[in-house]
Amino acid sequence: MADKNTQAPSADTLSEASTLEMLKRERRANNAWHKLSRNKTAVIGLVIVVIMVILAVFATFIAPQDPNAIDIAHTYLKPGAAGHIFGTDSYGRDLFSRIVYGARISIFVAIGGTIVGAVIGVLLGLVAGFFGGIVDSIIMRIMDGMMAFPFILLALILMTILGTGTLNVILAIGIANVPNFARIVRGQVHVVKNEEYCNAERVLGASNARIVFRHIFANALSPIIVYFTLNIASAIISEAALSFLGLGITPPTASWGNILSDGKNSLQLAPHIATISGIFILLTVLGFNLLGDGIRDVLDPKQKR
Amino acid sequence: MHPSCSWHHHFPAVPRAEPAPKAVFSYREGDSQVLKTILKRILQIIPVLFVVVTITFVLTRLIPGDPATVMLGPQASPDAIAQMKERLGLDKPMWEQYVNYLLGVLQGDFGYAYSYSGPVLPIILDRLPATLMITITGLVIAILIGIPIGVESAVKQNTAFDYVFMVLALVGVSMPIFWLGLMLVLFFSVQLGWLPAMGMGSAAKGAWDVISHMILPCSCLATIPGATFARITRSSMLETINADYVKALRARGLTESVVIWKHAFKNALPPILTVLGLQLASAFAGAILTETIFSWPGLGTLIVNAVNSRDYALIQGIVLFSAVIFVFVNLVVDIAYMLINPRVNYESGGQS
Repeated sequence: MADKNTQAPSADTLSEASTLEMLKRERRANNAWHKLSRNKTAVIGLVIVVIMVILAVFATFIAPQDPNAIDIAHTYLKPGAAGHIFGTDSYGRDLFSRIVYGARISIFVAIGGTIVGAVIGVLLGLVAGFFGGIVDSIIMRIMDGMMAFPFILLALILMTILGTGTLNVILAIGIANVPNFARIVRGQVHVVKNEEYCNAERVLGASNARIVFRHIFANALSPIIVYFTLNIASAIISEAALSFLGLGITPPTASWGNILSDGKNSLQLAPHIATISGIFILLTVLGFNLLGDGIRDVLDPKQKR
Repeated sequence: MHPSCSWHHHFPAVPRAEPAPKAVFSYREGDSQVLKTILKRILQIIPVLFVVVTITFVLTRLIPGDPATVMLGPQASPDAIAQMKERLGLDKPMWEQYVNYLLGVLQGDFGYAYSYSGPVLPIILDRLPATLMITITGLVIAILIGIPIGVESAVKQNTAFDYVFMVLALVGVSMPIFWLGLMLVLFFSVQLGWLPAMGMGSAAKGAWDVISHMILPCSCLATIPGATFARITRSSMLETINADYVKALRARGLTESVVIWKHAFKNALPPILTVLGLQLASAFAGAILTETIFSWPGLGTLIVNAVNSRDYALIQGIVLFSAVIFVFVNLVVDIAYMLINPRVNYESGGQS
């Protein structure tokens, strides 16, 4: 009887506590979302990003024509020509359809490359920061070494090694991105590692993995999200740059970079190809940059100026 | 490094009436500490350089294909290829090739560039001035335009000036410069016919020939750094401009321009310097793309040619060269930063 009495309330308080915790968390999330929706830059960025992502995801429905359908009779049509709002390219392919499908490849590659870089970089950063000592030294010296190579040069060499192709672009951009993520995460680990609550956890006998993921990673999440978003922007430029140099996505697959590269070759004859593809790259990069800035303002009020 | 160390800094057990000689001594101690940190920072680049050389070696070895075959062409006999391999030292075990490469680099021997029929280092040094010419000019333009705009935007926070230029700066930061380059060519060369789109002018044809060839590439290279300077200057200035000591200076009747430029700007400088270092170090990346568009005969076009013709030694040489430059530029920036703002390295103490 006494046993029941003592147990029942404690279970109750426990569930009550966890509900409260959940509510609190939800409120915090809502709060962040609320703040984000009131942040003008973030909203503009989000709108641009969402439009581009819709183009990419629903390319099959949005594109009026097959992006690879060649029509030799109608090459270099000007924008606004019948049936081709953006005109056609050197093979008579519908430019609007190619831009829409290009969005799919360019955004996929940029997000994919950023994810690859983030996953490897975050793991290395956590390991380096948490264990310190010789492990830290080795990992961070390699990261310093990698950072010494200009990003585009490193990606260029990696593409030469891997060969052209969509997955290889993702891999190259990903690997070239690793050091930045590793550095940011390691820095955060150093900040969080010696905080009181981490020491408390350690005293209570928590495993390293628990401390690393439950506390350190959770605390490092804000800068990672911000950097992740901003990095997608630069990854879009990297893909375009690599394709522009002929070492990225191989034609006939449309990507914004290789459309722009095509446009370079017919700059005098059909300036609209380079102009339009570049505007899409610029807008998307701008969108992710605005969104990233907005998220930083919301998540990290200390940095707000 | 040790957590307990930092406690001493926060709670210095210093009696209130410290004897004067000791204060002088502690000042000297501070000076030598700066020197020590600088020395430590210089020593730090040795492992980084070692890693850089190693990564360069590994990366170039990973490039598919065989240098000997590339050099001799697809019709070469197996005998000739084997001979060439022996000459290039490619028949030796990997570790020996690595050691030889390391020793060669230490003596300034970067190998032989078959596509230019000459040793790598002189070819690189021959192309370097052209690249420096546009990257440095681009950066100077970026500083001269970006920083004043940033200062003005901060002074006129939330006015039309501020909004217009900050939107422009944001667009600038997001700009794919190879596209900007094409658009500049399209407008100023193709449509208006004002400026040449390709190549480098020659001094023999007069100063205008040289300058007119530089305008488009330099504006291209100035865009991202300029926009970045404007943004960082504005945000850094906003912090100092509202600080109490700046208000106090104003109250003392100093003219606004003296307050802004001599005091507020000076204190806003450290973050700007950091960004300057980053831009300086990444200028080469911009040069690769810009030079490709404008057929500028610098290191950027050289590396693209080297990659296309699979000139392994040349790729290796340029990659290593640019990385080493990056390491040294960073070193100089860090030292400058320590000298301007010595407090920084005291607080971050042993943390590298």
